Amino acid sequence: MPGEGPGRASANGRAAFEAALGLLAAGIAAWWLPQMLELFSIINATVYTAMAVLALSLALVWGFGGILCFGQAAFFGLGGYAYAVAALNLPDTTYAVPIAILVPSLAAAALGYVMFFGRISDVYMGVITLTVTLILFNFVNSTAGEEWRIGAAPLGGFNGIPTTPPLNLPGDPGTPLAPEQIFVLAVLCLGLCYALCKLVLRSRFGRVVVAIRENELRAALLGYDVRLYKLGIFTIGGAMAGLAGLLFANCVFVSPTMFSLAYSGQIIIWVMVGGIGTLLGPVIGAMLLQALTAWVGTLPEINPNLILGLVLLVAVLAIPRGLQPTVAGWLRRRLPEDAA
Amino acid sequence: MSVLLATEHLTMRFGGVVAVDDVSLSIEERELRCLIGPNGAGKSTFFRCLTGQYRPSAGRILWRGEDITGLEPHQIARRGIGIKTQVPSLFDGLTALEGVVLALRRQHREREARRRALAVLERLGIAELAHRPVGLLAHGQRQLVELATVVAPAPDLIILDEPTAGMSAEETAGTAALIRDMNRDHAIVVVEHDMQFIRAIARKVTVFHQGRVLVEDSAEAVLADPRVHDVYLGRPPEARQAVPA
Ligand SMILES: Nc1ncnc2c1ncn2[C@@H]1O[C@H](COP(=O)(O)OP(=O)(O)OP(=O)(O)O)[C@@H](O)[C@H]1O
Ligand SMILES: [Mg+2]
Repeated sequence: MPGEGPGRASANGRAAFEAALGLLAAGIAAWWLPQMLELFSIINATVYTAMAVLALSLALVWGFGGILCFGQAAFFGLGGYAYAVAALNLPDTTYAVPIAILVPSLAAAALGYVMFFGRISDVYMGVITLTVTLILFNFVNSTAGEEWRIGAAPLGGFNGIPTTPPLNLPGDPGTPLAPEQIFVLAVLCLGLCYALCKLVLRSRFGRVVVAIRENELRAALLGYDVRLYKLGIFTIGGAMAGLAGLLFANCVFVSPTMFSLAYSGQIIIWVMVGGIGTLLGPVIGAMLLQALTAWVGTLPEINPNLILGLVLLVAVLAIPRGLQPTVAGWLRRRLPEDAA
Repeated sequence: MSVLLATEHLTMRFGGVVAVDDVSLSIEERELRCLIGPNGAGKSTFFRCLTGQYRPSAGRILWRGEDITGLEPHQIARRGIGIKTQVPSLFDGLTALEGVVLALRRQHREREARRRALAVLERLGIAELAHRPVGLLAHGQRQLVELATVVAPAPDLIILDEPTAGMSAEETAGTAALIRDMNRDHAIVVVEHDMQFIRAIARKVTVFHQGRVLVEDSAEAVLADPRVHDVYLGRPPEARQAVPA
């Protein structure tokens, strides 16, 4: 982060400081924004925030773990569907929260185990994550019939599950959360995930993960079981994507598009534009690009995909390192006394 | 003295190429061994087998009597084998200090790892590089950083594949001193082409040629051996002139 405090503060102190700053920013946004926005905008802002959590999950897995996952949307979708199905079956939707995080975590752990312990090369990892996402997309799409239900929850095929109940006040099933409260929850989740990423990356585990990205062979020759570390970071990323899915299910509703390649592709673009190897960048990238997509959609007589494609092309050419590194570098040049 | 590491009929084939051919060799606790041989003799491939990077085509590797053939690199590393690879293998995006700390972080807590890492960097005369990203360093400096990374956790066997390549004369002398120093409580196997360096540090020398052990003897005897001379003909002058004609 640019403009951080005392130059010689220990790295751990700095990570804690940045984590706290992230939480503080989330707190302020959560308190202030609901007073400013009307309902439609609040729901939109909640979607943006959920997607920012999703971007953060891939920022961790790809930017720091060096694992390019083309299927982050799969864990997003699993989180959303796990929440919807559990919420429809349980009396108190609060209990659906751990399920919505656990299911995609387990899926990520299983997939990660096959990939990392099966010595699958990077290229095939891309193919496998892509394929798994496609399979899930097609499967969920084909569950339109009445026979496809889990307990009280019809899977609904391409229609998704519009009847998903939102979260209620913990312990009070009669009181569902209002959209403003869901928004506050989403912003706090984003702040917490950011803080969690910061702390994970400062821990020994996180530093070994980054070292593995830098040089897998050297990490192994120093006695680290590379496969376990990759599995660990991949699973954390799956859990975080699942949380994003849960939030999404609470402001829109779950449908097979959550598993779509279009989503998987977008997440990659958010991280790329934000800056690979950064956390704040992908969060901002996700927000900016969603806002841009929404705006372009309102323009008459122009193909929105064309505009978006053009913007992306320009972004990649103009700021190849991504938003955060570019802005940080610019700030450092403007404030030379800040460079240690 | 007891045997630390032994290979039995170790063989590594790549299709038709037999890079390591029926090598039976043993290293004792706290031994300092030089490995020499012309380009393509199979030295680096032999080390890749020892460290688990390659699964040998045939033969066994014994570590203090335990069969470690086919184990994963991290499992072998944990038994106490460290290697400085021929092409420096480093965490380019990390600083020198961060890398060395990670090398120590399996055995020590953060504070102690940091203290020891700084001491090793100091010992190698590269303390001033501690906070520089390794990817930006010159080749000789990178060699020293890798050396620090490998020796810091004090493995029982340290393998050094051409550690002084690209180093200045001063850095080379420092490395020779370090090797002698480390040898007081670690076994070391070092590949070198610089004969002066070999004379300075080694008691016993093994000569590889075409994947096989050609000679194994004291440094003096090996350097005087006409077969070794023949094998080295065609090598760069510094190696040739060092073998007495
Ligand atoms: N992965 C591989 N696939 C095919 N052949 C290989 C492979 N690795 C090594 N070889 C071959 O094995 C032989 C031994 O190579 P190696 O690198 O072990 O020799 P070396 O003694 O270390 O040589 P140098 O002094 O040049 O480092 C060479 O003929 C090389 O081409
Ligand atoms: Mg070699």
